Amino acid sequence: MITSAIIPRPLARLPWRLIFLVTGIAGFGLTVLYSAAGGAIHPWALKQGAIFFFFLAVAIGMSWLKESTIKAVTFPLYAVTLVMLIGVEALGFVSKGAQRWLDIGPIRLQPSEFMKPAIVLTLARFYELVPPGQTRKARAIWPAMLLLGIPAFLILAQPDLGTCIMVLLCGVTVMFLAGLPMWIFAAPAVAIAIAAPIAYQMLHGYQRKRIDVFLDPESDPLGAGYHIAQSKIAIGSGGFWGKGFLHGSQSHLDYLPEGHTDFVFATMAEEWGLVGGIILICAFGAVIRWGMGVSRNARSRFAQLAAAGLSAAIFFYVSINLMMVMGLAPVVGVPLPLVSFGGSAVMTVMLCIGLLMALERQQRTHSRTLG
Amino acid sequence: MSGAKRVTAAHQSLTFSRRMMLLTGAQAAVGALLIGRMGWLSIAENAKYQLLSESNRVQLIPVPPRRGWIIDRVGKPIAINRSSFRVDLIPQQLEHPEKIVTTLAGLLQLSSDDVDRIFTDLKRGQGFQPVQVAENVSYEQYAAITVRLPDLPGVQATRGYSRYYPDGPAVAHLLGYIGTANAKEYAAEDKNPLLIIPGFKIGKQGLEQTLEPQLRGTPGGQRIEVTARGKLVKELDPKPDRSGNTVQLTIDQGLQQYAARRMGDQSGALVAMDVASGDMLAFVSMPAFDPNSFSDGIGRREWQMLSQNDHIPLLNKVAQGLYPSGSTIKPAMALAFLKQGIDPKQRVYCAGGVQVGNRYFRDDAAHGSVDMQEAIARSCNTYFWTMGLRTDPQMTTDMVNYLGYGEQFNLPIPSQRFGTMPNPEWLKRKYDRQWQGYDTANTSIGQGYVLINPIQLAVMPARIASGKLLQPRLLMAGQRQAPADLGIDPEFLAIVRAGMAGVVDHGTAAGSKLPLEAVKMAGKTGTAQVYRLISRGHQGNWNLRDHALFIAFAPADKPRYAIGCIIEHGGFGASAAAPIVRDCMTYMFDPQKALAALAPLEQQWGGTLAERNARQLSAIRSAALPPSA
Repeated sequence: MITSAIIPRPLARLPWRLIFLVTGIAGFGLTVLYSAAGGAIHPWALKQGAIFFFFLAVAIGMSWLKESTIKAVTFPLYAVTLVMLIGVEALGFVSKGAQRWLDIGPIRLQPSEFMKPAIVLTLARFYELVPPGQTRKARAIWPAMLLLGIPAFLILAQPDLGTCIMVLLCGVTVMFLAGLPMWIFAAPAVAIAIAAPIAYQMLHGYQRKRIDVFLDPESDPLGAGYHIAQSKIAIGSGGFWGKGFLHGSQSHLDYLPEGHTDFVFATMAEEWGLVGGIILICAFGAVIRWGMGVSRNARSRFAQLAAAGLSAAIFFYVSINLMMVMGLAPVVGVPLPLVSFGGSAVMTVMLCIGLLMALERQQRTHSRTLG
Repeated sequence: MSGAKRVTAAHQSLTFSRRMMLLTGAQAAVGALLIGRMGWLSIAENAKYQLLSESNRVQLIPVPPRRGWIIDRVGKPIAINRSSFRVDLIPQQLEHPEKIVTTLAGLLQLSSDDVDRIFTDLKRGQGFQPVQVAENVSYEQYAAITVRLPDLPGVQATRGYSRYYPDGPAVAHLLGYIGTANAKEYAAEDKNPLLIIPGFKIGKQGLEQTLEPQLRGTPGGQRIEVTARGKLVKELDPKPDRSGNTVQLTIDQGLQQYAARRMGDQSGALVAMDVASGDMLAFVSMPAFDPNSFSDGIGRREWQMLSQNDHIPLLNKVAQGLYPSGSTIKPAMALAFLKQGIDPKQRVYCAGGVQVGNRYFRDDAAHGSVDMQEAIARSCNTYFWTMGLRTDPQMTTDMVNYLGYGEQFNLPIPSQRFGTMPNPEWLKRKYDRQWQGYDTANTSIGQGYVLINPIQLAVMPARIASGKLLQPRLLMAGQRQAPADLGIDPEFLAIVRAGMAGVVDHGTAAGSKLPLEAVKMAGKTGTAQVYRLISRGHQGNWNLRDHALFIAFAPADKPRYAIGCIIEHGGFGASAAAPIVRDCMTYMFDPQKALAALAPLEQQWGGTLAERNARQLSAIRSAALPPSA
């Protein structure tokens, strides 16, 4: 917040530090996309810039939303998203193929993206409604599990393993913070350990192969392990200072696949080195910290849980992508928000940030009226 | 809201902040893990990944080195590289392969086999590696392609180098030839990428094969930056190639060529040596193939004609031929007799044969009373049978072996057969029987089990002439060791040399005196009975004739050169082999005179070796063409 006589009050009261951080990350992302295109704003950087500033404007606009308004639209929003997910599934069934989006006029909607913030808000709202005394009861557990399980299952069936995992992790984070008994989280962990081999059998061929290759990437360096191997080569060859802007051979000579989308971090690391990587990770860390701070200072239970869940969504985005790119997690197709080319991840993250800004503004106006 | 497990709002708030701390801590831990992992990849393993990135980025197209020259003892070229024109395709730049290959096939008159091969290579190749269309194309064809280049994207017409042997067939068996590496050779060199470059050839036979490491040179490299799809991005600084080394042989190119020409159409081998050093001056096996056309890859028809020829032009008779020595063994036998105390003045009466055991050995003629020198000069078998029976067979055969027959030499040729010099111990081991009188008799005149090789045929007179244990050499480079002394009484050597001088002076080869005032030649004729020839598939009268052999050195008083020669089925040594040796020896002292003697002979044979070779090649080529073009 900037207090100045020159800047009009509504502008001055925006969380400028966060906006600078987010714009900085996105700006760095545009630089990387510019290089990935061989030093050209086409076909990615310009388009991505336009998308980013559009959603930044949307997020800033959202910051004037009242908490009560957010609460009021939470359940309807969840319901609409769920219906759209079922619609996508039905469409896929009709066209006998995988379908992840709905074409509505000129816009291509991917409902699973909306589900990430929607599930956070829904569960936050649900636990706000549960009386504190009931938190550890089954009545507080099974509805949440259904609320989370149904969309997760629908997304998995699309099939979109990456988004499914993201939605599950966001939901579980909210449930964890809501104070559900620890065994709820420990038991599934044990169950997963037992069920993993069975689930592995049920995965799609390409998903199974990704896990195989994750466990032993050297086994297939020219086939399915190619992504991970080339990504590690790009990151490792960058060294401390990197090869220099526009000098990354892995990305420029097409050895690194998906160098502008899921593996954009490797493109960045090759040219900017460990230094660029640390700066980017710390910038994301600062954004997440800001979000967690919003949660910590929140007055209402809904705001607490929602802010933490939305920050966690950003955290999971970044960490799953980076672990995947560095060979610590299987390739599940999660982009690096604000940096990877593509509108949906930008949209989701900016929706989260917009909601976080709205909750933060609420705290300040609240405290001001109180103080 | 009652009971022990009641959770109050305050309690809930406490749980929330505790779990928030846990969550924040976990997030920080993941962040630290990510930074640590990235640091590990980019700092600790940086070198490894930099190497991998570099090997992704840079591809090396080997640039073949120029093959080293082979020169003779005074520096005259024997094998050189001639610039030639070749046409290749660069698959990556090729736009309409079918159309362009059809155009090229028309311009270069390619056969349908060639066209098929080009398409196979194009399918197999990597984008940046050229595919050969044709090599050694004529200048006219090269020019025809060059002017059309703008309409032929992806076609590359370049000047390259092809191996050229100015003396053609004369050096065929000495040098061998070069050719494209086959799958086995490629595998033997650990899939050396150099071997599969279009137009790159390796030594296939003879010295080209054994001297391969010296001649090949070091390939250079055109380093290029390529994308993952094989598209060339830019050329980086090239690594220059280093031509192969020039190898100098001990061969005298003039003599080598002269000897090959002098043999005419006869089948045989001739080896000449420098008596002072053991240097081999000529290494000739005739008839021979043309290594120039072999190096381009010969047609099936040409191969068929060469392999069915009864003069076996594909056999290196110097290295691989084995023949009975015939009477050329006699000087060595004489030395063996002298060493065992036989008086050279002692006379033997030759009545035209001698009874050995229950068999009568018949001589060619009744020579009357002969002493040792006379027996050598007139090649009296009776003398050698008689003296052979008076001496110890083991000691006698040991001496012959010591002088070179049956010996394997250290020469850089791919394979060398060294025959047999039999002795009692060998006979026992090999056939499990005792040495008999008739074995002595057979061996004394170079028949029976005796099998010698043309190199030995030159080493023997060279050792007798020099009194040194000469070792034949083919390469000028390397340590020159003074040859050891033979350890034979010089007086004995003088007696044998005088006997050999008598052969040319008034003996069996009296018709082959050198046409020179100052230089006399000494020698020994040999006529070897032919056997085991049926198994070599020879037919007709020619191959039932005896082999003619002649060994010689000159000048007789102060030896400088030694020559051994075998003419297959030449009849008497004196009539077929000795004149050839005489002319070759003349060439060493007076080339003009020797060439003058050759001219009428070549006219009679229908032209020089080069002319006859060219005529033969064009006959083969026209026979190989399809009946209607």
